[in-house]
Amino acid sequence: MIQSDLNIIMPEIVLAVFAMLALIGAVYSSKDKLAPGLVWVTALVMTAVAAWIGMNGEGSHPAFNGMFIDDAFSRFAKVTILLSAAAVLVMSQEYMQRRGLLRFEYPLLVVLACIGMMVMVSAGDLMSLYMGLELQSLSLYVVASLRRDSVKSTEAGLKYFVLGALSSGLLLYGASLTYGYSGTTLFSGIIQTATEGSVSLGMLFGLIFLISGLAFKVSAVPFHMWTPDVYEGSPTPVTAFFATAPKMAAMGLFARLLFDAFGADVADWSQVIALLAVASMFLGAVAAIGQRDIKRLMAYSSITHMGFALMGLAAGTEFGVQAMLVYLAIYVTMNVGTFAFILSMERDGAPVTDINALNLYARKEPARALAVLVLMFSLAGVPPMLGFFAKFYVLNAAVSAGLTWLAVLGVIASVISAFYYLRIVYYMYFGEEGSELQTNASPVLWVMLMASAAVMLFGVINMFGVEGAAASAAATLLH
Amino acid sequence: MDNLLSIVTFLPALAAVILAIFLRGEDKAAQRNAKWVALLATTITFLISIGIYTQFDPSNPGFQLVEEGEWLMGLKYKMGVDGISVLFVLLTTFVMPLTILASWNVESRVKEYMIAFLVLETLMLGVFMALDLVLFYLFFEAGLIPMFLIIGIWGGANRIYASFKFFLYTFLGSVLMLVAMIAMYADAGTTDIVALMDHQFASETITLFGVHILGGMQTLLFLAFFASFAVKMPMWPVHTWLPDAHVQAPTAGSVVLAAILLKMGGYGFLRFSLPMFPVGSDVLTPLVLWMSAIAIVYTSLVALVQEDMKKLIAYSSVAHMGFVTMGIFAANQQGIDGAIFQMLSHGFISAALFLAVGVIYDRMHTRDIEAYGGLVNRMPAYALVFMLFTMANVGLPGTSGFVGEFLTLMGTFQVNTWVAAVATTGVIFSAAYALFLYRRVVFGDLIKESLKTITDMTTRERAIFAPLVVMTLLLGVYPSLITDIIGPSTAALVDHYDTAVAAAEAASQHASN
Repeated sequence: MIQSDLNIIMPEIVLAVFAMLALIGAVYSSKDKLAPGLVWVTALVMTAVAAWIGMNGEGSHPAFNGMFIDDAFSRFAKVTILLSAAAVLVMSQEYMQRRGLLRFEYPLLVVLACIGMMVMVSAGDLMSLYMGLELQSLSLYVVASLRRDSVKSTEAGLKYFVLGALSSGLLLYGASLTYGYSGTTLFSGIIQTATEGSVSLGMLFGLIFLISGLAFKVSAVPFHMWTPDVYEGSPTPVTAFFATAPKMAAMGLFARLLFDAFGADVADWSQVIALLAVASMFLGAVAAIGQRDIKRLMAYSSITHMGFALMGLAAGTEFGVQAMLVYLAIYVTMNVGTFAFILSMERDGAPVTDINALNLYARKEPARALAVLVLMFSLAGVPPMLGFFAKFYVLNAAVSAGLTWLAVLGVIASVISAFYYLRIVYYMYFGEEGSELQTNASPVLWVMLMASAAVMLFGVINMFGVEGAAASAAATLLH
Repeated sequence: MDNLLSIVTFLPALAAVILAIFLRGEDKAAQRNAKWVALLATTITFLISIGIYTQFDPSNPGFQLVEEGEWLMGLKYKMGVDGISVLFVLLTTFVMPLTILASWNVESRVKEYMIAFLVLETLMLGVFMALDLVLFYLFFEAGLIPMFLIIGIWGGANRIYASFKFFLYTFLGSVLMLVAMIAMYADAGTTDIVALMDHQFASETITLFGVHILGGMQTLLFLAFFASFAVKMPMWPVHTWLPDAHVQAPTAGSVVLAAILLKMGGYGFLRFSLPMFPVGSDVLTPLVLWMSAIAIVYTSLVALVQEDMKKLIAYSSVAHMGFVTMGIFAANQQGIDGAIFQMLSHGFISAALFLAVGVIYDRMHTRDIEAYGGLVNRMPAYALVFMLFTMANVGLPGTSGFVGEFLTLMGTFQVNTWVAAVATTGVIFSAAYALFLYRRVVFGDLIKESLKTITDMTTRERAIFAPLVVMTLLLGVYPSLITDIIGPSTAALVDHYDTAVAAAEAASQHASN
């Protein structure tokens, strides 16, 4: 019994053991000197585990009496999480090293956060849900304040921690209510109580608190306040990390909780999620217009994008989940490319985040500017870039679930948000003379930027098979 | 050749990729190479597209040369042409080499410029050939990107405002269409345009927020598509982006915009609105007809007072597009034939007019009408060409402009006499502003000091105008060159439309009894 349970969580165990060994090794040796190598090894290990999970897994296996579930859904999410985290790690190595930020803890904390995320998307119980969430969050609080001597970074870490603790509190309160009214913490048990009788008011309260807690993690409006500050204050590689893997994990957890535990009450939560989606899309779109700092801009952009992903969830159907997964996979890929570019923006060796600095960048670096152009139009959802298909997917899910009003509001928000993506293109291509942006010639960043743009452009042919994987992932969630 | 349409569509894009990868440097030689590659690619595309014309069987009203393949999400890659679209394809391939030739004087970022135009050509051709809703949307929307860049990078002083306005205006219109397309997909279970034409969308009156909507779902879908096509067309009152975009765009950009991009709106009405939502169209026909009539008169009056030549021609374009929408929604053979004819003829005439402005703009670097006068003294050939197209723009019999206006007015007269009467006054106004422009620019004494050394058209410029002159006159005296090709398809469209409207009326009568 235990043997087979352990087999199921083997990928997590491997990563955890790797993290411990690396920690011991680093502490007892030359400490930070090993860090650059460690970053690459970590990325390699994560990629290997992702490949292992992606190729090996078949079927659906509950472990530890259903507390942990390994199925196509969790595998899809895990592969996305691990690959994007590995990409962000290798992108950050040179940036952090040159600024003396690269400590050996950084890759290890990222690994630990990833383990937390993997537990989150596999959670089959309120306990494992919370365990995964806290492992992730604690690691993230620390990496947010990685630049200890910077006020902004410390502030970001503190803000994130205080608000994160509040949201964890909300979540726990919801979990306890749910437990109290259903008598179990197992998702499979909760869904049974909900199906057998009508949903009690207490359960509904529990559900709302759980949703609030998770909405904080995906930075959905009105729980988004921390996002811009944390994005701006954290070192850019950390921001890149925040914008990718944790989003996938939190949305995955969201879907798991709503469908596995509350799948019988779609009508109850669908409207709440729809409301969160509308508010996020509009606030993100409108608030980003005034931003001059590209990291803050990307923070608001991520809020808008989470709104769209929530739209897929709000549909409450299998197709909706599939749409959400495709959306997130595409979103994460776009963000890896965009942050690869942001990481390479500098002037005299110091990082630059002001979008004014992009003036006429296209003259200096036509190839990179073109890649950024592709990414910006993709983020805006203009065809033929993949970003359009992501939007098309969720809109399709919303309309077929009868939420046409949500789809209409969504496209209006996407027009508003197109403005600030276009503005970046405007600076790069039509801006005024006098920019002195230099971009560092790190080959890793170049490769990531180009690869991400190429995926956005050529994905139009067949989406690289993400569609099929997402479809089978969604099918397992709604049995 | 089985995939002739795909070859024609993607050949320019292929040339763009070759330019992007293999052409290096910004020196004179590289610039020249970029221009020649673009010219060669567009010319070859035109020559191959003649193959579409020869293989096309005008007596068959259905889709021909169809290609079909699987794509994502159960969508299809499906291309094909019928009598309505085939001539737009040819118009596009015909105009593109001329625009490249007209851009021979561009000096900044030539490679990017040519790439933008080549990509734009691929996207425009795709719009006219796509037989899948989402594929159509993809080409339709993606065309905004190169045009945004063309206006923004190579445009005039106020180019940034114009490019953003152009993009956001059209984007907002199109996303509503996207939602409608998804709703159609959800309702019919397919995105195949051919299948959707036979699908009956619900037309029973529904009540939404206490408002009774005649024509039900069809009306709602119609309105969503209308939001997109009316902006693209552009129809009054959502035409305001066009004068800005035209004035700021470089000459070649204006040519493409006026000659081809504007036609997508009219094409969309014919491809989607009339055949797929006949009841919805029928409900809103009076509105569209009156909007067209207002557009014709109002924008003609606005054109009268313009001081900028391009702006004047832009407003005249809006007026001419008013004839097109009027003809389309007359929904009879003459009206629709006339609308298509008007679009094609406007493609040649407006292209020529913008090119004519470009000729003197290249010499004097101003578009102010005030800055000119008496050009006939030093530029006789130019004066002749400009006069021909001014007359064609007015709709003088013997030029292609006359046929389109006459047919649309005739078609409309049978449906709504008052609209036709109001629109006819627009013909008079158009003569007024066009002749007024011509007199101020070309006639009079050559008194301006700066014009004393202006030179007549070069061989290159003559070569650009020659095919346009030929087409304008040829279509003017021999219009059945076009009507024979579009006739069977429009007849089928009108037939389908009348049957559907009659059936819906019978059903509602039945229900009320």
